[in-house]
Amino acid sequence: MSDTREMLTGAEIVLRALKDQGVEVIFGYPGGAVLPIYDALFQQNAIRHILVRHEQAAVHAAEGYARSTGKVGCVLVTSGPGATNAVTGLTDALMDSIPLVCLTGQVPTHLIGNDAFQECDTTGITRPCTKHNYLVKDVNNLARTVHEAFYVARTGRPGPVVIDLPKDVQFATGPYIPPATVAHKTYRPRTDADMSVIDRAIDMLLTAERPVIYGGGGIINSGDEASVLLTEFARLTNIPVTLTLMGLGAYPASDRQFLGMLGMHGTYEANLVMHGCDVMFNIGARFDDRVTGRLSAFSPTSKKIHLDIDPSSINKTVMVDLPVIGDVKTVLKALIGRWKERGAQLKAEPLKAWWGQIEEWRKRDSLRYGSNGLIIKPQHAVRRLWELSQGRETFITTEVGQHQMWAAQYFGFEKPRRWMTSGGLGTMGYGLPSAMGVQIAHPDALVVDISGEASVMMNIQEMSTLVQYRLPVKVFILNNQYMGMVRQWQELLHGGRYSESYSESLPDFVKLAEAFGARGFRALDMNDLDDVIRATLDHPGPVIADICVDQKENCFPMIPSGAAHNEMLLGPEDKADPVSTEEGMVLV
Amino acid sequence: MKQPQPINRHTIAVLVDNEPGILARVVGLFSGRGYNIESLTVAEVEQAEQLSRITVVTSGTEQVIEQIKAHLGRLVPVHKVHDLTAEGPHVERELALVKVAGTGDRRVESLRIADIFRARAIDSTTESFVFEITGSQEKVNAFVALMIPLGLVEVSRTGIVAISRGASGF
Ligand SMILES: Cc1ncc(C[n+]2csc(CCOP(=O)(O)OP(=O)(O)O)c2C)c(N)n1
Ligand SMILES: [Mg+2]
Repeated sequence: MSDTREMLTGAEIVLRALKDQGVEVIFGYPGGAVLPIYDALFQQNAIRHILVRHEQAAVHAAEGYARSTGKVGCVLVTSGPGATNAVTGLTDALMDSIPLVCLTGQVPTHLIGNDAFQECDTTGITRPCTKHNYLVKDVNNLARTVHEAFYVARTGRPGPVVIDLPKDVQFATGPYIPPATVAHKTYRPRTDADMSVIDRAIDMLLTAERPVIYGGGGIINSGDEASVLLTEFARLTNIPVTLTLMGLGAYPASDRQFLGMLGMHGTYEANLVMHGCDVMFNIGARFDDRVTGRLSAFSPTSKKIHLDIDPSSINKTVMVDLPVIGDVKTVLKALIGRWKERGAQLKAEPLKAWWGQIEEWRKRDSLRYGSNGLIIKPQHAVRRLWELSQGRETFITTEVGQHQMWAAQYFGFEKPRRWMTSGGLGTMGYGLPSAMGVQIAHPDALVVDISGEASVMMNIQEMSTLVQYRLPVKVFILNNQYMGMVRQWQELLHGGRYSESYSESLPDFVKLAEAFGARGFRALDMNDLDDVIRATLDHPGPVIADICVDQKENCFPMIPSGAAHNEMLLGPEDKADPVSTEEGMVLV
Repeated sequence: MKQPQPINRHTIAVLVDNEPGILARVVGLFSGRGYNIESLTVAEVEQAEQLSRITVVTSGTEQVIEQIKAHLGRLVPVHKVHDLTAEGPHVERELALVKVAGTGDRRVESLRIADIFRARAIDSTTESFVFEITGSQEKVNAFVALMIPLGLVEVSRTGIVAISRGASGF
C-alpha cells in the first residue's frame, strides 16, 4: 500500500498542526534547538509570532490570550534555559486551569542524556507542573502528538501541556495527519451528570432556608454560556451569589444578588453568608485555603453541593454532601430545565428573612475606605480607573499583592473573561505579559495591568515587546514603595518589623517608560489623579502610569490566616485574635 | 473536635499506557502530594495494546484513599483505577528470592522449613541456597523471619500483585 499522506519536515508538521488547531498567534523566543521551527515560521503567514523578552513572559502572555478568548494559548521556547524559564508560567497555568500548549526545543535524540549544551530534562522538570507532557522521538508520531496535546489542554479541567521536540525530529521528514483522525485512546472527561444526581441537588436546595451560590473559575472555563446560565439560575431562585478571585465576572458585579468576592479579602456579607448558610452550592470552585480560612470552622452548619469537572477536587479539603461531576454549563442547563419541570420553589419566608439579614450585613459597607487629604488612596485610584473607563471594552490584568486585591474589590466586572489574575500560584510578574496576550487577542480593547511597583519589575522587560508590536497596554502602578502585602503581614503578624519589604532604589517609572519608547505619566496627589487616568486611557500607545499612593494603607476586610469567616478584621481598628494569630503564623 | 479517621491499607490496581515516564508520573503523584507507597509493582500485561498494570499498596484515611484514586484517574495515560480492597474479594501474592548461607544442621533446617512453606531451592552451592517463595505477604514475612537465625544473607521481593476473585475482569 502506498502512503498517500503528505510528507513534511518535523518543523512543517508542527506549524501545519498548529494552524489546523486554529492557532493564530504563538508567543516565543528563539534558540538553537528550535531554529528549524523558526525557519519554517519565517516561510509562512498563517501564524503570527510574538517575540517576547523572557520565556516566562511568553507563557503568561499565552495565559492572558487563553483566558480572555477561551482558546488554547500557544508558546514556543528553546531547550535548556528556554524551557526552565517557562516553568513558572506553566505552574501558574496549572494552578489556574488555563489551557496552553508549550513547544520546547530539545537536543537531538542521540544526545539526550549526555549533558549536551543547553540540555535539560524538560519532561522530567515539567511533569509536576503540566497537565501532561510529551517527548516526541519519532517524526511519525509528531502530528498525532500535537493534535492530542491540544485536545488534552482544552478538555476536562484545562491545563498546560508541554511537547518536547528534539532538533533532529524537527528536521526529519514524516507524514502529516489532520486533526479529525486523531482521538485520544482513553482520556474522555465526563461533562454531564446523571438526572438522579441533579434531582438530589434540587432536593437539597429545596430544603434551604439560608442558601448561597459560591462560584469559581470553573464557570469561566466552561464558556460564556455558563455565566448566562448561572445568572438565569440565580434570578430564578433568588439565591445570593458570591464569587472567588478566579470567578469574578462570572456573575454581574452590579447585580443586587451579588455579595462581592469572598475569602481572605472578601466582603463582610459574602463571608458571613458563607459562615451562616444552611445549603451551599459550590459551582466550579475548589475550596481553596484563601477562601475557607480555618477549615475546622468553615461554614459549620451547611450541607454542601459541589459541582466540578475534576473528581479530585471533591472532598480534597472540605467534605461535601453531594458531589456533582460535570461541566458547569452542561449541568446548569440540565438543572434549570429540571427545576422548571418540577415547578421547584424555595421556601419564600425563610429566604426573605435571609435576605433581610444579608442587607443588615451589607450596611457595614465593608469596602468603605477613608480619605487622607491630598494623598491618593489606592482604593480610590482603582475606583476612579473603573469609573473613567466606563463605556469602553475593558480587560484588567494584575500582578500580585495589595493592588491585586484592591483591583478585585473595587473594579466591577460585569462579564466573564475580562479579569486575568494569578490566583493559585500568586505570581508577581504575571500582569504585564498577560496584558500583552490579552491585547493581542483584543487589539481595540482597553487593557490595563493594575500593578504594584515591586511586581512590575519582575517582567518589566516586556515594555519592549509592547512597543515593538504597538500594543497600547496601560500599566497602572499603585506605587506605595512597599511590597505592600508583605508589609501588611509584617505589621499584623510580625510586630511591625518591616524586614526587606521596602522597595529601595526604584526607577523613575516615567523615564523608564520613555526609555522603552512608551509614554509615562505620574500622579503625585489627588489633584493629578483624574487627569493622569484620562491621559493614560486616551493615549493610543503603551503607557506606564505611576500612581503614588498612600504608603501605609492596608487591605481590608481581612481574614488572617488560621482565622474563621466570622473572625474578619474590618479595618485598622480591629486587632487579630492572638490565638488564631499564633496558629496562622505558620500558614501562608 | 472531630475524631481522628482510621488509617487503612488499600491495594489499588491501575491499568496504564506503557509509555515513557508513566511510572515517574505515578510515583511523582504520591511523593508530590505526600501519600504513602508501601509497595509498587509494574509490568506490561498486554503487548499488542501496550498496556501495563501497576499494583500499588498504600495506606491512608478513606478521604486520602479517595483522593489517591481520583488523582490517579486524572493522569492522561491512565485507563482504569480499581481499588481491590474496596471492591470485594481479591487475592494478593508476592514472590521473594531468599538467600541463606550455612552448613551442617542449619543448612538442613533451612531446607526443612522451605519444604513446609513450599519454597523451592532454585540455586544451591555446598554452603548456600536461594529459595523462591510465593504467597501472601504474611507468609513471606514469616519465612524470612525463620531464615534469619539460619544464615539469611539477602532477600529480594517483588512487592504485591493482586487480582479480583471470580469470573469478571477489569
Ligand atoms: C514571584 C513572587 N515572589 C514573591 C512573592 C511574595 N509576595 C507576594 S505580594 C508581594 C509584594 C508585592 O509588592 P507590590 O508589587 O509592590 O504590590 P503591593 O502589595 O505593594 O500592592 C510579595 C513579595 C510572590 N507572590 N511572587
Ligand atoms: Mg507596592
